[in-house]
Amino acid sequence: MSHTSPVVVPAPGKTEWDGGVSPMNASYGKLMMWFFLLSDAFTFSALLITYGLVRSSHPAYDGTVENFVFSPAYWPIPEKVFASIPFFHGLHAPLVFVGIMTFILIMSSVTMVLAVEAGQRMDRRAVEKWMLWTILGGICFLSCQAWEWTHFIIGDGVTGANLVRNEYGPPDFADFFFFITGFHGFHVFSGVLLNFLIFYNTVTGVYDRRGHYEMVEKVGLYWHFVDLVWVFVFTFFYLV
Amino acid sequence: MAHHAEETTVTVLPPDKARIKKLWQVAGILGIITLIEFGVAFGVPHEMKDLRVWIFIGMTIIKAAYIVGEFMHLRHETKVLMWSILVPIVFIVWMLVAFVYEGMSIGDVRI
Repeated sequence: MSHTSPVVVPAPGKTEWDGGVSPMNASYGKLMMWFFLLSDAFTFSALLITYGLVRSSHPAYDGTVENFVFSPAYWPIPEKVFASIPFFHGLHAPLVFVGIMTFILIMSSVTMVLAVEAGQRMDRRAVEKWMLWTILGGICFLSCQAWEWTHFIIGDGVTGANLVRNEYGPPDFADFFFFITGFHGFHVFSGVLLNFLIFYNTVTGVYDRRGHYEMVEKVGLYWHFVDLVWVFVFTFFYLV
Repeated sequence: MAHHAEETTVTVLPPDKARIKKLWQVAGILGIITLIEFGVAFGVPHEMKDLRVWIFIGMTIIKAAYIVGEFMHLRHETKVLMWSILVPIVFIVWMLVAFVYEGMSIGDVRI
């Protein structure tokens, strides 16, 4: 850590793009990340809205919650389906596990934004620390999801669930579960890979030599978006 | 090689305490809202379905606003950038309206 006069190198395009100006006062890469995320938001919206359409076209369960039993005749109550946690076999704990997953993802979003903050003041050690926490959070989330999928596929002793058969309700419910959480999980997986790449480049000093840590910001945007999508999946798939 | 003329000197600035505090506050708000959602999920009876759904949707939009506005920093970008991202969301709203409308029609046809 030297204390010579600060060398402030603007991110490429932060001052101006090749055209001589800087549209929206953002670098090219950051702006394109935003537009990519917008298009990705369309994709996820399409999946979730279609879920709503298909769900509303199925009969709803109209008995009391206490007497609820799984049947392909009506759409299941989600909290009845997702009511198990690892190592506590037979314990009825509705939504507890998915709550833990939500907490993990929110925490990893916080550590990511702290990495971005550290990058903006060129603090390599802090970026390394927070990126590691973020990667750890991502891996934890993916592990949780792997367990949840396994439990859902094996089921609670009847047929389990797959794309054609579903012990918890209509097959469409399982189909949407696999597609929506699968597509989200794949985003988390790519996010972990990207985060690792950023971590690697930070450790090897790439961004110190480059003079700025804007890549941390860009990948950070992606990571927060993954968290954002989970907020919607959590509400519309597990709570409503 | 070791004494390259372009040897990088990096000046590390001190942590921005106020900003970090703000970020943890946002995280706390997100956590609290999630806890409230759990409270509603188990506290408000399933018979009041509409109330439950509207609370969940409201909470979700608040959480989304905090994530996009603070974590993704969109609230502090230039106005043009902010609206370039927010205005196209109207297409999602339109899709929602169209599909809900279609869904109701499917329900009518099946009866």
